[in-house]
Amino acid sequence: MLLIRCPYCEEERPELEFRNAGEAHIVRSANIAGESEDDFEKYFFIRANPKGVIYERWRHIHGCARFFNAVRDTVTDKFVMTYKAGEPKPAKLPGASK
Amino acid sequence: MNAAFRIPGAGRLSQAKTASFSFDDKSYTGIEGDTLASALLANGVHLVGRSFKYHRPRGFLSAGAEEPNALVQIVRDDARKTPNVRATVQELYDGLTANSQNRWPSLAFDVGAVNDIASPLFSAGFYYKTFMWPKSAWKSLYEPKIRAAAGLGVSPDRPDPDHYAARYAHCEVLVLGGGAAGIAAALAAAETGVRVIIADEQAEFGGSLRFESGARIDGENGFAWAQGAIAKLKAMDNVRVLPRTTAFGYYAQNFVGLVERVSDHLKTPGRELARERLWQVRAGRVVLATGAIERHMVFADNDRPGIMLASAARTYLNHYGVAVGRNVGVYTANDSAYAAAIDLKKAGVNIAAIVDLRDNPSGSVIDEARGLGIEINFGRAVVRAGGKLRVSSMTVQPKNGGGERTVPVDAILMSAGWTPSVHLFSQSRGKVAFNEETRRFVPGTYAQDCVSVGACNGTDGLDATVEEAYAAGAKAAKDAGGKDSGIKAGKGTKPTVDAGESWSRGMLGAAPGAGAGTTVKAFVDFQNDVTAKDIRQAVHEGMHSIEHVKRFTTNGMATDQGKTSNMHGLAIAAETLDKPIPQVGLTTFRAPYTPVTFGSIVGHARGPLFDPTRRTATHGWAAAQGAVFEDVGQWKRAWYFPKAGEDMHAAVNRECVTVRKTAGLFDASTLGKIEVVGPDAAKFMELLYTNPWEKLEPGRCRYGIMLREDGFIYDDGVVGRLAPDRFHVTTTTGGAPRVMHHMEDYLQTEFPHLNVWLTSITEQWAVIAVQGPKSREIIAPLVEGIDMSDEALPHMSVREGKICGVPTRLFRMSFTGERGFEVNVPADYGEAVWEALWAEGQKHGATAYGTESMHVLRAEKGYIIVGQDTDGTVTPNDAGLDWAVGKKKTDFVGIRGMARADLVAKGRKQLVGLKTKDAKVVLEEGAQIVEDPKQAIPMKMIGHVTSSYWSENCGRSIALALVAGGRDKMGKTLYVPMPNGTIEVEVTGMVFVDEKGERLNG
Repeated sequence: MLLIRCPYCEEERPELEFRNAGEAHIVRSANIAGESEDDFEKYFFIRANPKGVIYERWRHIHGCARFFNAVRDTVTDKFVMTYKAGEPKPAKLPGASK
Repeated sequence: MNAAFRIPGAGRLSQAKTASFSFDDKSYTGIEGDTLASALLANGVHLVGRSFKYHRPRGFLSAGAEEPNALVQIVRDDARKTPNVRATVQELYDGLTANSQNRWPSLAFDVGAVNDIASPLFSAGFYYKTFMWPKSAWKSLYEPKIRAAAGLGVSPDRPDPDHYAARYAHCEVLVLGGGAAGIAAALAAAETGVRVIIADEQAEFGGSLRFESGARIDGENGFAWAQGAIAKLKAMDNVRVLPRTTAFGYYAQNFVGLVERVSDHLKTPGRELARERLWQVRAGRVVLATGAIERHMVFADNDRPGIMLASAARTYLNHYGVAVGRNVGVYTANDSAYAAAIDLKKAGVNIAAIVDLRDNPSGSVIDEARGLGIEINFGRAVVRAGGKLRVSSMTVQPKNGGGERTVPVDAILMSAGWTPSVHLFSQSRGKVAFNEETRRFVPGTYAQDCVSVGACNGTDGLDATVEEAYAAGAKAAKDAGGKDSGIKAGKGTKPTVDAGESWSRGMLGAAPGAGAGTTVKAFVDFQNDVTAKDIRQAVHEGMHSIEHVKRFTTNGMATDQGKTSNMHGLAIAAETLDKPIPQVGLTTFRAPYTPVTFGSIVGHARGPLFDPTRRTATHGWAAAQGAVFEDVGQWKRAWYFPKAGEDMHAAVNRECVTVRKTAGLFDASTLGKIEVVGPDAAKFMELLYTNPWEKLEPGRCRYGIMLREDGFIYDDGVVGRLAPDRFHVTTTTGGAPRVMHHMEDYLQTEFPHLNVWLTSITEQWAVIAVQGPKSREIIAPLVEGIDMSDEALPHMSVREGKICGVPTRLFRMSFTGERGFEVNVPADYGEAVWEALWAEGQKHGATAYGTESMHVLRAEKGYIIVGQDTDGTVTPNDAGLDWAVGKKKTDFVGIRGMARADLVAKGRKQLVGLKTKDAKVVLEEGAQIVEDPKQAIPMKMIGHVTSSYWSENCGRSIALALVAGGRDKMGKTLYVPMPNGTIEVEVTGMVFVDEKGERLNG
């Protein structure tokens, strides 16, 4: 069972308290009704599914109930960091070589 | 009284405390502290089982958890018959009853042993090759026969009467393994004051100090030192000592699963005691001190009872005081077997000969053995064992060939060397590395915060082990405590090793006489009956990866997970492939390390505690009325209320007719309810539902549809606007949690600028639906402060007031098509208000109705149920609900999705009504619909039945269905092919009762 740090509770809590909510930083268009089929496909269906670092959303559903963002390595399952919803994608990851 | 092979003065058990037990209906006497294995050996019993495939007679290979052979059934009573218990692990208790497995009619004479004679037929990959054809015979003939023949032991046929406990625990340092290394590490960590847990699978701590007679630590015998150290640890508040506890799984972020055997060793386990306890431990640092496992020699007929690991024989002697024979042979490729020979010789057991594969080894143990007058043969191999139910001889030959000599023996001790137990390290995703010099896999790259110490780390010698472990324990405590913890290591005193034993090396693979070109039965994997020949054959037949060799031969795939066999199997494969061992690779170790009972994983979560049960406020009333309940998610809902003599059909018919004739009461409390509150509540509703909300007046209701972004219907429900800034939203019963999640998701992440709060109020309000022409007469006398007239309270409106003196949110709404109300009251008053309404209802001949009638009544009106009439691929248009989509809206969740080309294309499945041509025939829900029943199979299916009922009100069956282009097929005849004939149906509208909706309003 993974330990996940909730950026709102500022605590590491067991995975059981959380629910994954898919890839992060996917922007819903302010004019979604006017989007082209291609743009809507990209927005709604296409996901990166990377081997390695993924930016994803989690919800502390059995805790503070807040949604937040996390950076996780899909190979090692290790969380690199978590940050609050609405904060920008971190430019530099802790422990990254570049 | 005294068992024949118990040696007076030897071992640590108190001879005074005897325990009687039976094995295969024969009674024996053992001593408290024995394992079943040591007690049987004390009585001279070696034959304890038959092997899996060839039914060969088997005895004890080991004295521990790695045992592949001595699997027995322990019987306490009819419900407690545990199969496949390792006799080497099962502690003896007075009255223990054990039976051998996989034999018929008896252990000594087993008919299944014909498989051994026919063994050329059962070579590697036998199942894959033999049962391929005819294909049809697999299901009817081969599989049932194979399944009947397969498996060891018999599972009990009654529910498990025992209970199993579970604990979560946290510690800075978790030490796995309680030998010299584990104890030293635990002492060092514990002295710093951090929380320490130390676990060992044995009843007593000490690990290999149990048999290492030469070990001395801090001035005393090694095993005695271990007991003293454990007593010291137990006395410390920050230490938890767990004997009889196996770490079976190492998971992410130092999360380790352990199972503690609480009462399997007790004569009469009290009811208050769990059988086993699951520990789920989160540790700052894990110290792996899991030791090493001795390997057997791979030679012809090396599985005869009486042939065992040298360390096992030594354990039986030095700990249990049992000699495994009177005239013992030794076959070895390393030093450790010499120590066993020396101990046995000193205890008065004759050592027939030591056969050492090495050419000219030297060392103190060899000198000591020679000094005791033991015959030693270097450069020789045991090429065959004699005897069947018990080994009777060993045949010795120079390892490069030459004259044979047969030595009579009644036991053979063997040692091919020691394999570090890297199982848990490997489970932690650490990468093992092959040490060319010592020819063993040791921990290489670590993936988690753990450290390996002692034999499992490839550290040889007791002194080096204690040194390494003590330092690692102190460092683990310091690291786990963190930089600022002020933890200082080295407060205590490192144990001093005065004398220890040390050995390494040995050999991997088949011994001479069992190598390439031979066909003898030299077992690599005893539990799955895999021989050296099988592995070579697998390679010859094209299995070049060790993973393929493993699956083709099943080497290492038995419940012992190849603890003794993996390295031999790998070496034979590597030799046959002519590749270095690291290139062939080691198979991955997986949890569990040893078998774990389902009970310990399940714990208390069984029966009524498997899943929470949710009951509504009127549950007790309904039960008293004789209601039959159905499960709807976690809810128990009243399904129907049968009167005396009524079956379900009759009860539902009566309920449905009564609702339309007079009135009915229905508990709708399970519907999800969410309060949407705030200055931007209407804006939020506009975005989450397809309907317009801004202009809905307070006091009015609207049927809302929620979509996912893809444009498909996600949920629906009636929403009441209580105030400009307050909506009372209802959801489907099953949808409540996910709708809340969906709303929170958008509120928190897409529309965080909206000033809105969401609160689940499902359990706060009990909901009593009163439906039917007399519904107002039933409610009105109990209501205060609400004008109930049609003008003041029309259909689809909501008022707040009082009923029976308690607050109510009174909805005028209908899921039946009749004049109807839904009375919301605080859940605590739910039952009282229901009883008051019921009393009023009785004056008008009203009925209570359940979910089945609710379904029929709503289907008569064509009201859909999301999740039954929709399946996640249905748009509002498909469901005929275009009217509920705000045409002028520029945004809501799903607005773009439902405009996708495929979703507005012609020919989509649309919801329609169906009437069977024969009014009495009720369609089956889920039945497929075709246009032409005469077409060839497979037919083109154009839709399916989503809802179907007998409608007593209509005097016929009614159904809803999703049919491709359904609305263009009104009046057309379609067909529903069923196993016993094709049913003709007519496509109709979805409303079967009161098409104009006049009854709703009055």
